[in-house]
Amino acid sequence: MDKIVFRKPPLLTDAPMHYCPGCTHGIVHRLIAEALDELGEFENVIGVAPVGCAVFAYNYFKCDMFQAAHGRAPAVATGIKRARPDSTVFVYQGDGDLASIGMAEIVHAAARGENMTVVFINNGIYGMTGGQMAPTTLEGQKTTTSQSGRSAKEHGNPIKVCEMLSALTGPAYIARVSVHDVKAVKTARAALVRGFAMQKAERGFSLIEILSTCPTNFGMTPQQALCWVRDHGTAAYPLGVYKDIGLPGEGRE
Amino acid sequence: MKKLIISENLCKGCGLCVEACSRGVLSLSERTNAMGYRVTECVAPDKCISCACCAVMCPDCVIQVHREVKA
Ligand SMILES: Cc1ncc(C[n+]2csc(CCOP(=O)(O)OP(=O)(O)O)c2C)c(N)n1
Ligand code: SF4
Ligand code: SF4
Ligand code: SF4
Repeated sequence: MDKIVFRKPPLLTDAPMHYCPGCTHGIVHRLIAEALDELGEFENVIGVAPVGCAVFAYNYFKCDMFQAAHGRAPAVATGIKRARPDSTVFVYQGDGDLASIGMAEIVHAAARGENMTVVFINNGIYGMTGGQMAPTTLEGQKTTTSQSGRSAKEHGNPIKVCEMLSALTGPAYIARVSVHDVKAVKTARAALVRGFAMQKAERGFSLIEILSTCPTNFGMTPQQALCWVRDHGTAAYPLGVYKDIGLPGEGRE
Repeated sequence: MKKLIISENLCKGCGLCVEACSRGVLSLSERTNAMGYRVTECVAPDKCISCACCAVMCPDCVIQVHREVKA
């Protein structure tokens, strides 16, 4: 007998994605769709796309999608979730979008404990606009606006979003994962499932930071970029669960 | 039974599936698709164990994986 062990999840459309070859945005889109599928969420999902390479994410998900102004996705999602509390709301943001222009929105959504799930793509660079330095660019990393490598003295220190937000009272679940190999991808998927489960159980704000690649602007092959994240990304941004208040029935309430 | 169904038209030739497969089943072909990318192809189907590691790393959902199971 023939069993299908891997197929495109039903929440994704058939549209070919516009991302560069080997860009991990595609992997994460699929993981979101798989996580929602696992929780039986389909009809009632509303996603909010960012400004950045994922600006066209609405073409790739079959659920309702909204495209927010740069950095404002958590504010837009706040309105959506409050107006439609029965919906499952996810926010998709890059590191330029979330940690630079949108820093105020994400901090306050987290502080308020808004019951939404944020997927934060940390690829350490501005992809869409041509590889400029992001708040998350690693020390020493070369970008078009830090051509001799980022220096803490000149450009400031990289911002660690999970560490920062987990100090707030509002968030229910904060984790940092990666997609640099098969094992990491499976852990990332589990973190997304848990983030959405928190929302379903009305536990409040969840954020999953995903260390990702931008092979085009890293100037690397897709595989080299994954190895770079494995070796350097995870050293600067330790993987793990930064906050978890527990789900009902786990004895942690 | 075909273990891998490859939607060549969606493939971007990034090679991540080739790297993810520890059994040397996949390779980038000299053929290109309509987007101009070299496509992945199954060069050693007998070695495939349907583990789906290739599909898990594919950003574009190009590969569907089937497994033979006892009825
Ligand atoms: C108000 C405003 N300011 C600046 C821009 C230009 N801009 C477009 S995308 C982007 C940053 C994208 O980087 P990131 O969020 O890391 O996403 P990526 O493209 O890497 O996925 C910027 C600054 C804009 N579109 N709107
Ligand atoms: S520019 Fe970078 S982040 Fe954007 S699609 Fe290409 S590889 Fe991905
Ligand atoms: S299913 Fe596993 S063995 Fe088969 S090609 Fe993919 S990675 Fe290789
Ligand atoms: S990972 Fe996907 S897009 Fe990349 S070469 Fe393999 S099948 Fe093609």
